[in-house]
Amino acid sequence: MKTGTDRVKRGMAEMQKGGVIMDVVNAEQARIAEDAGAVAVMALERVPSDIRAAGGVARMADPRIVEDVMNAVTIPVMAKARIGHIVEARVLEAMGVDYIDESEVLTPADEEYHLNKREYTVPFVCGCRDLGEAARRIGEGAAMLRTKGEPGTGNIVEAVRHIRKVNAQVRKVAGMNEDELMTEAKLLGAPYELLVEIKHLGRLPVVNFAAGGVATPADAALMMQLGADGVFVGSGIFKSENPAKFARAIVEATTHYQDYKLIAELSKELGTPMKGIEISSLAPEARMQERGW
Amino acid sequence: MIKIGVLGLQGAIREHIQSIEACGAEAIVIKHKEQLDEADGLILPGGESTTMRKLIDKYDFMRSLKEFAESGKPMFGTCAGLILLAKNIIGYDEPHIGVMDVKVERNSFGRQKESFEADLDIAGVAEDFQAVFIRAPHIVQAGENVEILAKHKERIVAAREGNILGCSFHPELTDDHRLTAYFIDMVKEAKK
Repeated sequence: MKTGTDRVKRGMAEMQKGGVIMDVVNAEQARIAEDAGAVAVMALERVPSDIRAAGGVARMADPRIVEDVMNAVTIPVMAKARIGHIVEARVLEAMGVDYIDESEVLTPADEEYHLNKREYTVPFVCGCRDLGEAARRIGEGAAMLRTKGEPGTGNIVEAVRHIRKVNAQVRKVAGMNEDELMTEAKLLGAPYELLVEIKHLGRLPVVNFAAGGVATPADAALMMQLGADGVFVGSGIFKSENPAKFARAIVEATTHYQDYKLIAELSKELGTPMKGIEISSLAPEARMQERGW
Repeated sequence: MIKIGVLGLQGAIREHIQSIEACGAEAIVIKHKEQLDEADGLILPGGESTTMRKLIDKYDFMRSLKEFAESGKPMFGTCAGLILLAKNIIGYDEPHIGVMDVKVERNSFGRQKESFEADLDIAGVAEDFQAVFIRAPHIVQAGENVEILAKHKERIVAAREGNILGCSFHPELTDDHRLTAYFIDMVKEAKK
């Protein structure tokens, strides 16, 4: 009997496919998310848009919040640790969190190295903007990926850019001659063996969710259509006027992402979504997606 | 040709489709209840049972799924799918589809860090089946007509009752298609 194998870690993410993972900051929100059909919740102290507004250093959530959320729901609970923060990750693992997000939404603890995620029994999800970043994270042991997008903005443009980029690069690798893969690995900064695997599979070896800027049911469906395996919704749900209704609508739009009549129906009278930020108005240092290397 | 549906609301759908095709049967993703008529057998995949249940209700699938089972067409539930099939779920007043005479406990091996792989002896299927358990349930109690196919540490993890097959683990996550092939044989038998 073996725990923490690649198959067990990656398999957990496979079970989340086609679903929505929602950011929550307390037990009540977690129950609303579960009732709406979320496949998992991400327990946080503040959602990304509030992290932006608050400024300063963003850290792992108070363990009490994580614990409250774990006690409130039966679906899996994820939590975020700072990039490279070995102890935050170990603390979350010790608490029994089901998945850790080594996340650029929090202020990085290490500006050179990410966590060696193979060392842990708990699986990790990491953000990526292109195949090089995706492959480096898998190389370090990430069992699930997500686009970085631009968290807390309610603006889907960056997540679209990232999913298109990753998938276009996967298609390119899949079509390449094996002779060309080492040079491609060098150019991407990706482990060669992973590119060989991607070429043979014709896809990434782990699931890749959309994240960072999903604000409406149509945004969620758009990301599914572009090839995401599922969707993370951060600030979008609990910053909207009617979170329960909004959450249900996002879940349905993700399941039936090509049923446009249905998406029209469930988008009706949802109330105002979160306000959103135009990316070009963000100062370079306020762009979370630049964090991680 | 035998046609196997995979309930396509959420979860590991693609993996089951690949496994069915590897066994030489035709596979279809069932997203609407009308599609059930086309299928000779149905797989309820792994995923989140709470999410699948919401979507089953939302799209009015429940009656069609019960009728599917009553018509004698075989059903196979893996992990969350087993929870959907069970007549009793610990901690819940009502079952989901409720067509298999077993009592199950959700997440009974613990949280994700306790998830594991283990070799199983599955009666009539394989003596060395590598099974992947992810936040898995197990069968706490089985009715008298239920045939127990496999146990792990004294816990029932695979069973069959007539045309209904259920397991706690995820055969779709490995390249070992023997359990899927066993189900397809059940479907062939039922179709005769």
